[in-house]
Amino acid sequence: MSELKRYERPIITKQYSGFMNKFGSSPITTPKTEIDGIPVNQITEKFGSPVFVMSERKIRENQRNAYRIFKTRYPKVQFAWSYKTNYLEAVCSVFHSENSWAEVVSEFEYDKARKLGMKGEHIIFNGPDKSRDALIKAIKNKSKIHIDHFDELYMIIEITDQLQLKADVAIRVNMDVGVYPKWDRFGFNYENGEAWQAIKRIMANKNLKLIGLHTHIGTYMMSADAYRIAATNLALMTKSIRDEYKHLLEYIDMGGGFPSHNTLIGQYLPAEQVVPTLEQFADAISTGLFALSLPAEELPMLILETGRALVDNAGYLITTVLANKRLSAGKRALIIDAGVNILFTSFWYKHKVSPAQESGLYQEDAAIYGPLCMNIDVVRESITLPSLKLGEKLVIEYVGAYDMTQWMQFITLRPNVVMIMEDKSIEIIRKAETMEYIAEREVLPAKFAKNK
Amino acid sequence: MSKYMIPANLAVSDTGFLFMPATGETFTLNEIGRKIFKLLQTGNSEDQVVKDICENYDIDAGTCRKDLDDFVGQLKNYSLLNEL
Repeated sequence: MSELKRYERPIITKQYSGFMNKFGSSPITTPKTEIDGIPVNQITEKFGSPVFVMSERKIRENQRNAYRIFKTRYPKVQFAWSYKTNYLEAVCSVFHSENSWAEVVSEFEYDKARKLGMKGEHIIFNGPDKSRDALIKAIKNKSKIHIDHFDELYMIIEITDQLQLKADVAIRVNMDVGVYPKWDRFGFNYENGEAWQAIKRIMANKNLKLIGLHTHIGTYMMSADAYRIAATNLALMTKSIRDEYKHLLEYIDMGGGFPSHNTLIGQYLPAEQVVPTLEQFADAISTGLFALSLPAEELPMLILETGRALVDNAGYLITTVLANKRLSAGKRALIIDAGVNILFTSFWYKHKVSPAQESGLYQEDAAIYGPLCMNIDVVRESITLPSLKLGEKLVIEYVGAYDMTQWMQFITLRPNVVMIMEDKSIEIIRKAETMEYIAEREVLPAKFAKNK
Repeated sequence: MSKYMIPANLAVSDTGFLFMPATGETFTLNEIGRKIFKLLQTGNSEDQVVKDICENYDIDAGTCRKDLDDFVGQLKNYSLLNEL
């Protein structure tokens, strides 16, 4: 008997005449059959589908690369891992083992960092919500408290006065750096003098030590020059503090906001062609800081709270095709087993999606829907993909940032998260949820319980 | 058992290029699409098409039938065939 030929679903595509696409024909989709040398099928056989996969190797590579880029441009550099971007303990631990401090924005994140063994002084406590108890804890641990508003400043003054404590503080400064939207809801404003008022208030208090200045000008920033403006402004403030109070700041914290190579919905060209490189951001920031004109030993440390740019490409989501459909207008649609509840970033990104197996060369436009019985569950409105059979796998790339913190338990349970270690072993770093795990937090009032 | 009529003047090249002279529209077909289209054009029923494909390709009859239904739906949508 002769060998059977490889089957591919029958496809017909209508051709439209018109202007040629200046970007050429659609790219041939290269299958992503393995992650860090481990076959995708092997991962799903063992850990199910959908499954998030983190790469230890990639995280380390990203962190080392970023450190090298900034360190070769500015003498004192310290990274602080942005917990909100991905606070799975294994992920934070990789960053901490690469000498990254912790940057937290809630008491929950603060406690997580402490649980992972971070020294108090290596935790930067940001955000507008710091309770009195959380502040006392952070002050006692000598953490770096970045004050967001005057009410917080007054609370710290009151706490330190009452408990006879000394606090290491910085202020968050917001400013106009020529980008929209202007993030003026966090911190004290630079242009209207509010930031300088806060500095004067801190400098006049014997219990508070102003150790730094912080800014965070936006997210997924497409302009490196905005960072140069921000760094220059903070450098000028640092200089004014030195001149007026003879006080040297320990650091300038430029926050985060560097984009990853995820393409935004509505962005025409792929991200890698339009977003500035880390080198360009580093050039802009170091140029701004050198406006200080201080001797090297007096230069403040540069702190970076980079999140997305260091972890997005270290995360993958493997998902399975549940169904092929044809929409009313003839467009193809795929239903996959991962929805927007676990892939929150699909609301703003056009993720890179690749088949996990060899496919035919013939490609067709398709929509990708998740498994939720909700109209909003759209993973991709439109993508060119080869024919896929039921049960075949897709790999969604650049999902390491925010998906594993902003995901929600909704309709389905959240899946396993595994990490491929540098030695190619695979370990679960967050177990798939179970009915018992969800039900454990619920309380059924007694009058309903009798019906059970 | 459904059978279909495909306009006789439709030309399909060996590479899967399909031209409809009446409207000037053009289409492309992948290998299986081309094969099925030719089987339907030569008067084969759906059952015969499924049998032929399953004898030559690595596919089960159920999946093949489902894909054929979808393909026939598209051909109808483009007015490339009529049910007899």
